Amino acid sequence: MNAGVPATPAAEPVVITIGNPNTGKSTLFNHLTGLRQKVSNYAGVTVERVSGHMSVDGVDIHLVDVPGTYSLAAHSPDEMIAVDVLHGASVDLVRPACALVVVDATNLRRNLFLVTQVLEAEIPVVVALNMIDLLETAGVELDCAKLQDQLGVPVVPIAAAEGRGIEALKQTLADMIKSPSVPSLRLMPEIDAAVEQLGQDLQQRGITVHHIELRRALIDASGYAEQRLVERHGEFVLDRIHELRKAAGGGRSLSTLEARDRYSWIQTALKETEQRTEPPAQRIRDSIDAVVNHPVIGTALFALVMATVFQAVFAWAGPLVDGIDYLTGSFGSQVSAWLGDGLFASFLSDGVIAGVGSVVVFLPQIIILFAFIIILEDSGYMSRAAFLMDRVMRGMGLSGQSFIPMLSSFACAVPGIMGTRTIANQYDRLATIMAAPFMTCSARLPIYSLLIAAFVPDTRYASGLINLQGLVLFGLYVLGILGGAATAWMISRLYWARTKSRFLLEMPPYRMPNARALLSKLLTRALVFLRRAGTIIFLVAIAVWALASFPRPSAHAGSEQAPTTIADSYLGRMSIAVAPVFAPLGWDWKITAAVLASFPAREVVIAALATIYAVDTTGTDDAAGSTLTRRIQNARHVDGTPVYTLPMVIGLLIFYAFCLQCAATIAVMRRETGSWRWPLIAWTYMTGLGYAGAFAAFQIGTWLQVG
Amino acid sequence: MSCPLNDLKPGQSGTVSGFAKLDDGAEHLMQMGVLEGADISVLRYAPTGDPVEIRVMGYSLSLRLADAANVLVDNVTKS
Repeated sequence: MNAGVPATPAAEPVVITIGNPNTGKSTLFNHLTGLRQKVSNYAGVTVERVSGHMSVDGVDIHLVDVPGTYSLAAHSPDEMIAVDVLHGASVDLVRPACALVVVDATNLRRNLFLVTQVLEAEIPVVVALNMIDLLETAGVELDCAKLQDQLGVPVVPIAAAEGRGIEALKQTLADMIKSPSVPSLRLMPEIDAAVEQLGQDLQQRGITVHHIELRRALIDASGYAEQRLVERHGEFVLDRIHELRKAAGGGRSLSTLEARDRYSWIQTALKETEQRTEPPAQRIRDSIDAVVNHPVIGTALFALVMATVFQAVFAWAGPLVDGIDYLTGSFGSQVSAWLGDGLFASFLSDGVIAGVGSVVVFLPQIIILFAFIIILEDSGYMSRAAFLMDRVMRGMGLSGQSFIPMLSSFACAVPGIMGTRTIANQYDRLATIMAAPFMTCSARLPIYSLLIAAFVPDTRYASGLINLQGLVLFGLYVLGILGGAATAWMISRLYWARTKSRFLLEMPPYRMPNARALLSKLLTRALVFLRRAGTIIFLVAIAVWALASFPRPSAHAGSEQAPTTIADSYLGRMSIAVAPVFAPLGWDWKITAAVLASFPAREVVIAALATIYAVDTTGTDDAAGSTLTRRIQNARHVDGTPVYTLPMVIGLLIFYAFCLQCAATIAVMRRETGSWRWPLIAWTYMTGLGYAGAFAAFQIGTWLQVG
Repeated sequence: MSCPLNDLKPGQSGTVSGFAKLDDGAEHLMQMGVLEGADISVLRYAPTGDPVEIRVMGYSLSLRLADAANVLVDNVTKS
């Protein structure tokens, strides 16, 4: 129990799943809970918390996933989550009824390291021995019963990808909850005594701290557990820790002792349990590796994979996008036809349907992109890409470990920035965080696609394989990468003396991605995006609609029928007032209004433009079902010249490539860097860069066109 | 006779005899199974020459040459 905080009674017992990365933990989690999972954040940190429910043998269980980890050693609040969940300081302040440790049966030696740590958490433990179907191909013979005896907890062999052993595992969990037993295996007697002593010393001062927390504080010198204890209870704790450490370790670091004690127990235990022969699958892996890591073929493959991703996101999503576009468009005009021209009809069709519809329409692109990222990760290729790219990434002040967060940032900078916690070096991590928002995220795609489709000709080269629109999109991706690279490089120069990069990455076996896990992760991602669309984006859309629709013209004339001209609206007045600032970029007040409205979330620009152009009845355009594309193509300045000239469009694209228009990214940056300093620097710098880029593009482009 | 891990050629293996410097990086490596007495082999170097992929505790791990140089290996097999 956590000191001083009363535990709230749990409605149902909590079971946590914990394990190394690459053990198939999330696939198992899907089998146990079904496809519907709740994604939230652990309080106070940026670690994603996935939870779900399962019911077996009359027991309802609340299942909570702890992100993959190799060890309970913590050097940051994020890494401390696993420890805090184990002793009940994190999930609803309830101690888990059981810890389900998922291990890869083909890679037991390293996996058991974490298992032996969890066994000391003083809660019931069940071990799921996953990938049991791959033992033969891995050249391993395993005595599960013996392993169970050695660990002293139930060991259930499963094959999560095939759904084998799941029922037996569920039953074992239910049995453990009904008649719990706490494991007794202790591998570090010298530390057990010190933990006991430290606990008693604190108890005398009225402080209760769980043993697993004290254990980590003692073992991990200058780790986060130690740091937090000192922050909470004072310097005397540190003095006591130093004394006890010295006595227990006899001059050697306890972390070294921990590795030695645990691995020597594991080696001895597995000598009796495991028989290893030369694995036949190793040859397959070797030949894949020979191709994937080949200087020429491997690099070409890498480029091909990346190019496929870009092209797929733009081209494959096309028909779906058009379909959704058509449906929302006709639905909006249907609603207008039913309800007439009243305020409510305008609210529904121009505010609600136009706003949300214009964002939902990009779901296909997001799903395709995430599908690629998930497949690359689950197949094991992502690690090879990091291995291949480390030297290159280091050239821009990043590491190969930054590659995964950076690639994720192509979908969304928020998970990308959150993913940087796997980067050991804090300056590498800072550089990655600052570079991540430059990557072309899915929220930039709506405005990119809209402007490219409307103003870049669909010229095709190489018998239709490549088209100009795709090339322009590719160019924008490159622009983002260059911006991010320059930023990361500057930050690493800033901290040159202190930067000592570390790159430590498991190269998992190549595996066939699991369709069920893919589906579940996609569903989760789509729901997370839609929830964002449904809250922030929807609210902003409604606010923009309201700002654009009020004040209603002359209240006394009973003019419910006459919509406000947008120039008279609050948004119009605001935008007209600040429009001179953006005039050198070639923007009129309508674009200014849409850009201003999209500062909280850049994807809102589409909803804002849709609202602004749909509500606007001053122009000649009166076709209710006309698409946004046609509306912006026909947009004219008061003097009749087109608003969207090529230089202006290029400038607008550059503005959206650089500008940090995302409240969620700013919030995550703040949490990850611990202060407002870096998000504020990033916002100012990126917005400035966007303005400068748009200014240069418009001015130079217009000069070239005239000249 | 021990030598740093990054002196090994692809295909060579040996036994970890210790660390040149016992720092945070060394402790991290130990938790991942790179510790005294462990069998270790070099699988390959990246096309750019750095990082290096090794095999230890029955799995593959990649690390930079700078970190590999901190790991001391003896009983190195002939390539």
